[in-house]
This record gives sequence, C-alpha cells and structure tokens, in this order.
Amino acid sequence: MVALTWGVLLVSIAVTIAIAVLLAVGLWHRPGIKPSAPGAALEVQRTQGGLRWVWIGVAVSSLILLGSVAWTMQVLARVTSPATQPALTIEVTGRQWWWQIRYLSADPSRSFTTANEIHIPAGVPVLFRLVGGDVIHSFWVPALFGKTDVIPGQTNETWLQARAPGVYQGQCTEYCGLQHARMGFLLIADTPAAFQDWWAHQLQSPAQAMSPEVNVGRSSFNVHCGSCHAVRGTDAAGVLGPDLSHLMTHRTLAAGMLANDAANLTHWISDPQALKPGSMMPKPDITAAELAEIHSYVDTLN
Amino acid sequence: MAVSDYLRVVTATPAKPALAERLRRIWETPAGIGGWISTVDHKQIGIRYIITAFAFLIAGGVEALIFRLQLAGPNLHLLTPEQYDQLFTMHGMTMIFLYAGPVLSGFSNYLWPLLLGARDMALPRLNALSYWIYLCAGIFLYLAFAFGFGPNDGWFNYVPVAARAYDGGPNIDFYSLGMILLGLSTTVGSINFVVTFLRLRAPGMSINRVPILAWGTLTASAANIFAIPAVSLAFFLLWMDRNAGTHFFDVATGGQPLLWQHLFWMFGHPWVYAIVLPAMGMVSDGLPVFCRRPLVGYTPVALATVATMVLGFGVWVHHMFATGLPSVSLSFFSAASIIIALPSAVGVFAWIATIWAGKPVFTTAFMFFASFIVLFTIGGVSGYMTGAVPVDWQLTDTYFVVAHIHYVLIGINVFPVVGATYFWFPKFTGRMMDERLGRWNFWTMFLGFNLGFFPMHISGLLGMPRRVYTFADGMGWDWLNLITTLGSFVFAIGVLLFVINILVSHRRGRIAGNNPWDAPTLEWSTSSPPPAYNFVVIPTVASRHPLWEDRLEDNDRQQRSEVNRGLALDQGRESLGTTALDAELDVILKMPKDSYTPVILALTLTTILTGLVLHLWWLAIVGALATGIDIIAWLWPDATLGETAEPARG
Repeated sequence: MVALTWGVLLVSIAVTIAIAVLLAVGLWHRPGIKPSAPGAALEVQRTQGGLRWVWIGVAVSSLILLGSVAWTMQVLARVTSPATQPALTIEVTGRQWWWQIRYLSADPSRSFTTANEIHIPAGVPVLFRLVGGDVIHSFWVPALFGKTDVIPGQTNETWLQARAPGVYQGQCTEYCGLQHARMGFLLIADTPAAFQDWWAHQLQSPAQAMSPEVNVGRSSFNVHCGSCHAVRGTDAAGVLGPDLSHLMTHRTLAAGMLANDAANLTHWISDPQALKPGSMMPKPDITAAELAEIHSYVDTLN
Repeated sequence: MAVSDYLRVVTATPAKPALAERLRRIWETPAGIGGWISTVDHKQIGIRYIITAFAFLIAGGVEALIFRLQLAGPNLHLLTPEQYDQLFTMHGMTMIFLYAGPVLSGFSNYLWPLLLGARDMALPRLNALSYWIYLCAGIFLYLAFAFGFGPNDGWFNYVPVAARAYDGGPNIDFYSLGMILLGLSTTVGSINFVVTFLRLRAPGMSINRVPILAWGTLTASAANIFAIPAVSLAFFLLWMDRNAGTHFFDVATGGQPLLWQHLFWMFGHPWVYAIVLPAMGMVSDGLPVFCRRPLVGYTPVALATVATMVLGFGVWVHHMFATGLPSVSLSFFSAASIIIALPSAVGVFAWIATIWAGKPVFTTAFMFFASFIVLFTIGGVSGYMTGAVPVDWQLTDTYFVVAHIHYVLIGINVFPVVGATYFWFPKFTGRMMDERLGRWNFWTMFLGFNLGFFPMHISGLLGMPRRVYTFADGMGWDWLNLITTLGSFVFAIGVLLFVINILVSHRRGRIAGNNPWDAPTLEWSTSSPPPAYNFVVIPTVASRHPLWEDRLEDNDRQQRSEVNRGLALDQGRESLGTTALDAELDVILKMPKDSYTPVILALTLTTILTGLVLHLWWLAIVGALATGIDIIAWLWPDATLGETAEPARG
C-alpha cells in the first residue's frame, strides 16, 4: 500500500520531468523564428517522421499504465481484508459534528458507548463498522489508512492496524455541513494489556460519594445536559450528544477541536456556539454559579 | 428551387463589391437595441458568451480569493462557516458551470462557421436561445447568492446534507432549478454543434480535414447530450424531495444517498472532459501555427479526442471509491481511470513532436499553448495517482485532489483559453493584443498558478482535508496554506493583466489585417473582424491547411482549396449543406433571420422556474403558457425558410 503510493508518485514525478525536458529541448534545440509584423509571411515546412515519436511515447506510456493497473489490482485485493482475523469490532457512527463509538461484546454488560476518542490494541487488525447516522461523513486516520465513508442507510466496513502504540489523529473527510472542519477524533493504540485495562475502566460508573458542590453539580448536569448527554450509571441518559462518562480521560473536547483543560472546558460548556458556531450544542441557560458547579461535577468524570 | 437552379447562379470573386454589399444587407443585424436583442449572428453570440464567461471567471476568482484569505493561516475568523460554505460552493459552481463550459461554447460559436467555411451555425435561433438561457440561469443563481441564499453544500451537492432536513432554506432549491435551466442551454447548444458539424462544412472539407477544435467541441457536445439528462434528473428528484414530498434520497423511507452520487457523477465526469477537450482542440489548432508546420499526428489526435470522451463515460465511480462499493466494481473503474491517460498521452506527444519538428515563434499565445503541455501533464499524473484505488483512499477528499482539479481545469481550460484569446483576438476585433503586456500576463499567471496550487499536492499528502473553513495549527499545513494564498493573489494579478490587455488592445492594438499570424485555416482568409456573412463566396477545401498549400512541398496534387471562387448564395440568408463524411454538395440551407423568439423563450422558461422556487405556482403556470405561445410562434411555418408547402412545379 505504501509501496504503491510511492510507486505511482515516483512514476508521476519521472513522467513530469521527462515531458518537461522533452518540451524544453523541443523549444530550444533549434533557433526559433522571431515574431514580426502582423501579416508578414513566415516560412512553413513539413518534415516527415514526427509520428513515429508519438507511437514510441504512447508505447512507453502503455507499458507504464498497464503495469500500474496490474500492481493496483494486486494491492487492492490484498488490502481489502486484513491478513488475520480482526481481534475486535468497533462500531462508529458519524453525527453532525462528532463521532459516536460503540464497543460491543458478546456479553452485553461489557458493551459501552463513548465519543471522539477511540482506543485499540496495537499490533492487531481492528474492524470498524461504520453505521450511517444523519448525513454522509467519512472516517479517516491519515497515518493508518482505511478512509471509508459513513453513509446513512448502509453499514460500511474498514479495518485499521497500528504497528506500535501511539496517538493518531483522525478527521471527517466528507463535507457534512457547517462544522465539517471541526469533526476530528483521536485514535489511541495501547499495548494489549493497557487496552484491556482501558476497557474495564470504561465500564465503571463515576464515584457516588462526592462533595456537596459536586452533588449539586450532578443534579444541575442531569437537568441541563442529561437530555443530550449520557454518563454511565447515572440518570443522565441522553443519546443526542457525545457520551461523557469518562470525559476527563479524554485529551480533547468538541471532537478534537480543543485541548481538554479547565479553561477550555468552562468556555465550551458556557458558550459552545462561540467556539463552534452551528454545532448542535446550544448555549445553556445557566448562571455562573451553576456553570462552576457543573464544571466541578464534570471534573470528576474520570 | 433545386440545387441545379443555384448552380446557375453566378460564382463571384470578392473583388466584386456589389456582391459583398448585397450579402451585407442580407446578413448584417441592424444597429440598435432591437437588433442587439434579436440577433442570431453566431459571431455576436460567441462574443457575448465569452464576455459573460469571463465575467463569471472573475466572480468565481474573487470568491476564491476571499476564502483563501480565511485559509491563509490556522484558526482564522475572517469568515463564518456559513459564509465560507456559500463562497466555496459558488466558486466551484461558477467556475465549472458558468465559466468553463460556456467560454468554450463562445469560442466554438464564433469560430466554427469560419473554420468550416459556412455562413452561420446550423440552427441560429437555437444558438441565440442557448446564450440567453445561460445568461438567465447565471443571473438566477447569482441573485440567490446576492440575497444570502446561495447554494452552500458544495458544487457536488451531496444528499442528505443538501436535503430539506439538513438545509432548510431555499439555497438548494435555487441551485437545483438553476442547474436544470442551465442544462437546457448546454443541451440545445450541443445539438447545434453536432448538426453543424455533420451538415454545414464547406465542400471538400471531409471529416479528416476538420480542425481539431471542431473535433473537440463535437465530441464534447455529443457527450453532453447523453450526460446532462443524468444531472438534470438528479436535481429534479432533489427538488421534488425538498418540495413535493417524494423520498428518492430519503433513507428513512427507503431512499438512497448514493443514487445522487451516481446520477451526479455519471454527468460530472463526462462534463469535465467536455470542458477540456475543445480547449485541447484550440491548442492543437493554434500551436502548429507557431511551429510553422501542420500538427503531427492529426488522425491519432482526432481519434484520441473521441476515445477520451468515450472512456470518460466509464470512470465516474472514481469519485466514489471511499463509499463502500464492492471491490469488483472499484477494480473496473480504477483500471479505466488509469487507462484513460493513454489517449491523453497521444495528444501530449503529438504536441511535443510538432514543436520539436517545427520552428517555434515565441508569441504570447504560443507560450500559453506550450506551457499548457506541462500543466496538463502534472494534472494528468495526479489524476493517474488517484486512479489507483488504494492510493485514492489516502488522497480523496484531501487537498491533493484540489491540486489535481486545478491543474487540469486551469491548466487544460484556462491557459488554452487565454492563449486562444491572444491567437483569435485579432480575428474578432481587427487588432493585435499587446505582446509586451502579454509576457507579463503569462509569467504572472504561470508563476502565480504554480505557487498557489503546487503546494496543495503536499498539504494533501500531509492529510489536509478539503472543503474546510479553517484548520488547526500544529498540523504542518500553515506555511503551505500561506504560500497558496499568496500564489493565488499573484495569479489573480495575472488575470487582471489579461483583462487590461484585452481592454487596452481593443482600443489601441496594432491593426491586424486578415492573417496576422500567417496561419493556414479558413478563418484567416476573411477580414478581421469578418463581415456578417463570413465569406463572400463559399470556399472549397482540399486539405487541412488551405492557406498553406502553396508552400508545403508534399502538396503537389492537382486539387487546391479555393477561397476566391465559389457559390455566392445571395438569394437570401443561405449556407451550404454538404454530406456528413466527404462534404460533397448536397443542399442549399435557408437560414432564419434575427428573431425575438429565443430571448423571450429564455425569459418564459426562467419565469417557470422562478415560480417554482418561490412556490408561486400561478407564476409557473403563466410561464408555461407563455413558453407554449413562444414555441408556437418560433415554429410557425415560414415561407422564406421553405417550411410551407410549395405548389407543384412542372
């Protein structure tokens, strides 16, 4: 796959240079004729044999093109499915303008939903089932290939494999409306052991015993945010927006747009339209005190 | 009257002023606003097409410059997302539909009868209609933009994001109906070109003697007739979904978003060949003049033109490689998308061979034609790269594709069009364009274009998606975008110099005379500008380069082209109909005079669509009735056109 990309790129560069050189030599290998007054007669002549070079050029081009077709078909056949059975299937739904991620298990109590941050075990292929939501989006992690559209009414599949643990950026790659530019995600490849720990952690609910401010914040959150957002094991069960169960373990907010720090979080909760105009999250009707309380609760969602 | 009656009409030389004056009175459109509106003169229509198209080129360019300011760096706030979405959509729509096709129609309209040795296009009123509908459609679409309802989901307008549920205002309704209207213009224009090619060539201009521009436009026109119904249907189904409660694209009730993509790209891909093949034809005709020899490989180039277009109908899925279609399907379209480079290679090698075997004359026109070869190649190889499906999966929807499309569109349409303007401006206006300003024009455009668009290959390879109103910092894209913005402004200055050169030269250019370039084809045998009737007598053609026959050593056959003797055809507006392959004399064609029916029809059709878009159903009905009346008036049998029954003659 990488070889094919480099291959066609190098062929392209070589062809461009070759044509440019042929053109340059053609232009300057003989003195030209100086343009003169309009209407002046200039010499006209026709030498034979030019057509032979056209056929030579076409023949060389044919070999390159046919070879490219053969190589392409070979690579396409190889990358359509992974070399080994995928260890895991993750379900991704594109929503304007964030990513819903569902980890499914044969045991329903081990299934969970998250948003905008995907973890996978490194070193093994992972299958992604792309379930269409509202409009067409496209799921792409540039460093790991696999770009595939997420289309309403159908389920597409792609597979990714990270050779080594690391953090990989992803983004929507099909124009999907106002905030297409800000529909990113992170894909984090963990060692297999760390991945299992991460999965186990996702199944946990937030701690119950909290400070009074946090308790007030939780109620406030459930009222103002719970109709769209869900936090596992609490009364907040909204499905219109991202699942926030472990938001504080995420590195970014607003689908990869903002670093997840205190200032950004406050700003995002208080006025999402100022940061991401047109996004589906309305400016909440809360006082500054309520904002602080909600923030203190969200801070506990580790 | 039979053909034999006309053969008894006196053949005349242009030295006889009486014949010229007679023809002038028959053909010339009277001065004044009435004449201006009702003219069917292909030269006036061609100029209007070109000027209107250049106006849209500038509008589309300004739109791009504005959003390039927004994209000059990361996280800028010059534009809101909604403003950006309308600007990038208007930019694409304007350039692809309101500039690239019409400008080539304009040049072809003006030049074809002169190249082919005829007095007009086959269907002069239809010709006028195609222009007026184009103008009305352009105004219709731009009024939407002016009122803040411009199309805003990309020129490609995918569903569901363009459906009523996700785009509730009238923006997409304007787009859908405006495009249906524009499709009528392109379709009638295409029909006109096909009929003209088959019927109106001068005697002796067999199809292997036709200028490559005619091959290019013919091929594009035949393709358009098949392709445009697909997109008109797509827009009509979308309008119905949005306004009449249908569910063609609505997933919840069994509709298919991919249906839109198939219908759109079944049109869209042939369309992009239709907007470059005539331009390639202009280079194939113009470049040899500045190499002082005929084109190397005329027949392969003509056949390659047709082959490209035919193959162009078999590649549309390459716009959909990431949509989850089965591998078998992707394989076929991938192979076709790579192989289609082959007929293009024929052209590239033919042009280089012509330069190599000729003696270059470095005029501004020649510089645009010669540089086009390199830009074509770069655009072609980036297309070849994306033709390989696994590679496309990395490159599609990134700035790499933006680089590709601009190298092919600016490289294969704009550069030849600018070169063609320098080449044929003397014929259109009687004056030369300024060569010194032309050099500045060329270098600014060439350097600005490459500075602006080459970096996009790199930002695409670095993962920058397209159609984004902003981008994050720290991605490695900052410098590339800044350079792109700067380059685009340099390119815009080049376009400005081009416009200045046109305006200045029109007033003060050197007088050109009939044949300033000592070129070989028929248009250079007439005055500059040509008279309304084009040719005093219908020429007879014996080769591809009638005016060079004396000087090409191998042309020692008895038959020579004849431009000074021929049929006068001065019994009214007449041109000659010849047979399709060999252009043997067949029939005298009676041509219609200037008429108001075309412009009125354009207005009544626009009225129908205005009623539909504003939900004023009474207005649509009024428009439909007026359309019916105008069509009846248009088709009413006219004795001067031989449309009434004649009493039987002995």
